[in-house]
Amino acid sequence: MTSIESHNLTLAYQRQTIIESLDLQVPRGKVSVLIGSNGCGKSTLLKSFARLLKPQAGTVILNGADIQRKPTAAVARELAILPQMPVPPEGISVRQLVALGRYPYQSWMQQWSADDETAVARALNRTSLDDLADRPVDALSGGQRQRAWIAMTLAQETELVLLDEPTTFLDLAHQIEVLDLLRELNREEGKTIIMVLHDLNLACRYADHMIAVHQRTAYAQGTPADILTEALVKTVFDLDCRIIPDPFFHTPLCIPFGRDIPR
Amino acid sequence: MAESSVLRWRGFSRRIEQQAGRRLAIALLFSAVVVLLNLCLGKVAVSPWNVMRILFGEGSASLSFIVEQLRLPRLLLGALIGGALAVSGLILQAVVRNPLASPDLLGLTSGASAAAVLYLSSFATLWGMGGLSMAAMLGAGAAALAVYGLAWKQGTSPLRLVLIGVGVSAMLAAATTFMLVFSPLSTTLSAYVWLTGSVYGAGWPAVRALATLLACLVPVLMLLSRHVVVQQLDEGLARGVGVRVQWLRAALLAVSVALAGAAIAWGGAMAFVGLIAPHIARQLIPVGFAAQAWMAALVGANLVMLADLAGRTLFLPLDLPAGIFVAVFGTPYFLYLLIRQRQ
Repeated sequence: MTSIESHNLTLAYQRQTIIESLDLQVPRGKVSVLIGSNGCGKSTLLKSFARLLKPQAGTVILNGADIQRKPTAAVARELAILPQMPVPPEGISVRQLVALGRYPYQSWMQQWSADDETAVARALNRTSLDDLADRPVDALSGGQRQRAWIAMTLAQETELVLLDEPTTFLDLAHQIEVLDLLRELNREEGKTIIMVLHDLNLACRYADHMIAVHQRTAYAQGTPADILTEALVKTVFDLDCRIIPDPFFHTPLCIPFGRDIPR
Repeated sequence: MAESSVLRWRGFSRRIEQQAGRRLAIALLFSAVVVLLNLCLGKVAVSPWNVMRILFGEGSASLSFIVEQLRLPRLLLGALIGGALAVSGLILQAVVRNPLASPDLLGLTSGASAAAVLYLSSFATLWGMGGLSMAAMLGAGAAALAVYGLAWKQGTSPLRLVLIGVGVSAMLAAATTFMLVFSPLSTTLSAYVWLTGSVYGAGWPAVRALATLLACLVPVLMLLSRHVVVQQLDEGLARGVGVRVQWLRAALLAVSVALAGAAIAWGGAMAFVGLIAPHIARQLIPVGFAAQAWMAALVGANLVMLADLAGRTLFLPLDLPAGIFVAVFGTPYFLYLLIRQRQ
């Protein structure tokens, strides 16, 4: 079962082709992580999944239909996207920010329905932001702010959530906090999560399904244990490393070498 | 802290921030006082009691001429101009996400000024002063279209709009100065009054014309207002929650241009109102575009009404353009904003 898939997808900025003739199926109900070197096109691919980028050729199929042909509001009720480092509107409180996630359900007549109210309350509760709900978003710490953004995507009540590097600029403790939250949402709420992550070891720990983007295509995909090999890291990142099993979580652990090659 | 009431009836629902409602009510009361002051004070002082009687159709003929034919239309025109400029600025600041944006920024004021000066120097003798408003409005619209068109590159971005707006404004300002230098003194004088912004000698026809225009724009803005905050999210996020960003941005800019264009056409280039009133409104009402817009309209209206009152009464028998006092009140506040912005 897939939630989102691409057929013969080609993505380009002006003349530069980023992704070429990609056929990809992302499993439903799993945490999928896109990895790859800088500029390999993983963020671009994520954008096209969210209909933020029009494909040059091919289609993105969301729940069985071409995403380009769906009405904007319908797409917004099926998938939520959290771009990298978004900037909140000035002076907005956490509750008001989360309430913006209800936009695709509202109309001029219906601007604050009972459903809106419960969805926002639930999203705040789910992300443990009840006590901070009336604080301005600007006043929050990095980790809290990222939780507020995630709460906004939750209020959107979509089955599919896309995130572009949700852990960037967070310290390690907050990275783990955010990733734990996302996995919890996957396990308990049945959300399908697709995200771009930079940290290979965290990606291996949290991914059910891993997609390595390289040479304008999905170079390898599968469970981290299946695909993350020394050869793959060498090809995709041009990096020598050793892969050992994580002694606690048993997922692959990548030890990068760099200039110092141990004997 | 943020108490809000919820209104729900069948398919209709709204959330109303109580604080915003209270503050709007206070601003409305304040406006009533300013209106009354404006009607009472002047070369001939009229007591509040007499003003009330005149408004209800009684009182002496000479006093009621002063109040109803001289002061009231001038006051209303000033209020409409101030309100329109303020709301126009509020929209612009939201669209380009820059608190220092104002109708000047997109070349509106400079476009209107250039067109007005061109009209005064070349066409006023032919067609009379009646066409000045139309010329200014066309100038504002043309400048805004030029900025928008030049900034278009598979959609617009706020940053490109601002940069090109500054460039176009500078060019138009140069053209205006050029025309002023080469026109006769009488034209230059009337051009300067216009460039400062004045509601001197305003009559009922002008009030009616501007009020009709604004009455068409207000419902459009009320339809658009719920989209404004969402539009302030990052473009990706905004589109992610289902906003058609480019379309919405164009519609909001069009409303903003029409508001400012109309105001400038009848009041001249009253700089600062569109920059400052939105800030005061946002300080009073931090979030919620619809409430902010009403507050901005009230603040802008009061700013111009007070400026005109000062211009009419402080230096009697001189009647100075309201624009001067908008600048007198506005500049210190603007400096304060700049200093706070840096910190």
